[in-house]
Amino acid sequence: MNDQTLNLCLLFSSALFCIGLITTLSRSSTILILLGIELMLNSANINFIVFERTQPDVSTSHGTLFVLFTIAIAASEAAVGLALLIALFKHQRSVVIDEASQLKG
Amino acid sequence: MSMLPILQTQDPYLERLPLLLREAFTHYLPEPWHTLSNQLISIVVILSVFGLLFAILTLAERKILGHVQNRPGPNRTGFFGMLQPFADGIKMLTKEDIVPVAADHVLHLLAPVSLLAASILTFAVIPYGKNLVALDINTAALYFFAVGSATELSVFMAGWSSNNKYSLLAAMRALAQLISYELPLIISWIPVVMVASTLSLTRIVSLQSGYSFGVLPHWYVFTPWGFVAFALFMVSALAESNRSPFDLPEAESELIAGHLTEYSGFKYALFFMAEYFGMTALSGMAVSLFLGGWNAPSPYLTFIPSYLWFAVKLLSLLAGFMWIRATFPRLRIDQLTRFAWKFLVPLSLINLVTTAFWILSQNWGHLYFIPRLIITLILIVVPYILLSKKLGRGYAVRTYSYAPQ
Amino acid sequence: MNATLLITIGVTLISSAVALSLRNLIHSVLLLVITWIGICAFYLIFNAEFIAFTQLLVYVGAISMVALFAVLLTRVAPSTNQRNKQSVTRFIYALITGLSLFSLMAFAVLHTDSPKEKVEALPATVYSIGKELTEEYAPALMITGSLLTLAILGSVLLAAHSPQSKENS
Repeated sequence: MNDQTLNLCLLFSSALFCIGLITTLSRSSTILILLGIELMLNSANINFIVFERTQPDVSTSHGTLFVLFTIAIAASEAAVGLALLIALFKHQRSVVIDEASQLKG
Repeated sequence: MSMLPILQTQDPYLERLPLLLREAFTHYLPEPWHTLSNQLISIVVILSVFGLLFAILTLAERKILGHVQNRPGPNRTGFFGMLQPFADGIKMLTKEDIVPVAADHVLHLLAPVSLLAASILTFAVIPYGKNLVALDINTAALYFFAVGSATELSVFMAGWSSNNKYSLLAAMRALAQLISYELPLIISWIPVVMVASTLSLTRIVSLQSGYSFGVLPHWYVFTPWGFVAFALFMVSALAESNRSPFDLPEAESELIAGHLTEYSGFKYALFFMAEYFGMTALSGMAVSLFLGGWNAPSPYLTFIPSYLWFAVKLLSLLAGFMWIRATFPRLRIDQLTRFAWKFLVPLSLINLVTTAFWILSQNWGHLYFIPRLIITLILIVVPYILLSKKLGRGYAVRTYSYAPQ
Repeated sequence: MNATLLITIGVTLISSAVALSLRNLIHSVLLLVITWIGICAFYLIFNAEFIAFTQLLVYVGAISMVALFAVLLTRVAPSTNQRNKQSVTRFIYALITGLSLFSLMAFAVLHTDSPKEKVEALPATVYSIGKELTEEYAPALMITGSLLTLAILGSVLLAAHSPQSKENS
């Protein structure tokens, strides 16, 4: 596991994070915004696993445990987010996020 | 690693026969190709054995259902209908493949293909005999259920890509059934992992290989928590593979043919192949997790090779699946989901607690075996009776009527 | 730097980029499923088997289902889904933000020295993960369990609350 591979994997997770970020900022459909957030959480997980498998602590596997908890929390956040989406849809009959602006101004 | 039973040279010849045959084939290749060719030969053997088993199972199902219903089943093609699967195969291959014009063609093709791919991938980790496992990883049980949960996506793709609102509704109902029963399916084998402290299927099978008092095997199904876990697993496996009485997704009187309405010809055959493969793989898991895998039931019968014992157990579970199909009427979707969430999930969670008690009381000593057994049985039977009485309240008393003699 | 790693990274990045730029939401979710499978393959290359199959089970088996059901339950007529000047502007600003963040992170990655000693990775057996979870991180495990239960209850309540009862009250 040399330097080049490590750099490649870290660049990969940065690229995935930025793709998730661009999605969250630019799409107007709430579902894709939530999925972009999921992708950002995934890229952070990739970073943890890459570091753990190349430069590990000798006694504990902190990276793996952190990733486990992150996956669990990302799953619960996806569930709650999509439930909010359905509640919003029942109110305004569309998922375009720009229309949820009644409290603006 | 050295605690696994590896094949010794003094094992009987029949036991070592599959591996010796594989060696004979790879012997002719140069040295660097040995691992790859070993794996490829295992893959080809698994695919062909289970493909042939699928063909025989379709015939066996129709014969068993027929004889239970007092009719002979297919008996015109060949002796006792032996050529019926091949006739069915020719029919499926030569039927016209009709795809609706407004359907999403890529997804329409991808749905049965990905379903079959996911179902076949699950065969890789099941130990078919001593040292006869294609993929020996130490997260084997997790792999099986992770790949098996990818079949739900294919059901959705099939329903959505047909561009038919009835297919979509039926696909959503089928998905509701699949995800409801995935929970008791997975919780029911967690007690096995708790007792064995490993997710590796080869290790779980080798831990079930002793005999008490020379007679009773150490299979997990013969323990109180294991019996409950086995029953829960089999019921959830019936629902996960869309078999009767949970075959709402594919019944002919339900929304035409459910999510398979717009499929014809070979793609329809692929869906059914995937269903039978799923049934076989889940039965293989039940055999490995609960019924002792390839272990013989008695120390005097170990001269019969391990893969034959696996085959006997697998075929008896599959015959049980067909017997259940012939016996029970179909459940409605609300009865299905109520059964899963209000009955199976609480029972499987209570089984977890029971297994924890069983494990933690292991060092009470041999004299306390009967009190442990009684406490475990109370912990299992009382919630079962309470739950079933509560859920059955308000329904009419069951009456039986038989045909006049 | 072998071919498997490069192919996995390529497939994952391309499918995520295409997934998040499509108009058809169902195709987006299905391509995102391919992204998650690619990430699972990436974990397998690094021998993190438990995390890889957990990712497959949770993301591909469960979160994709939730997302697909949400897409199906919130469908509108496709005529409202059009590209207009405001969305192009928004996309350009988002692209600038994303690219600048990526260049910042790439600079940080490429100009940091890695530690001199190379330690070989221990095999992360399920037994060691389970031992740590139940001994040292048991409170965290129980809190995560409660969090998941609360999240499920909350999302069922949120999604099942029908607007009719709001009009009556």
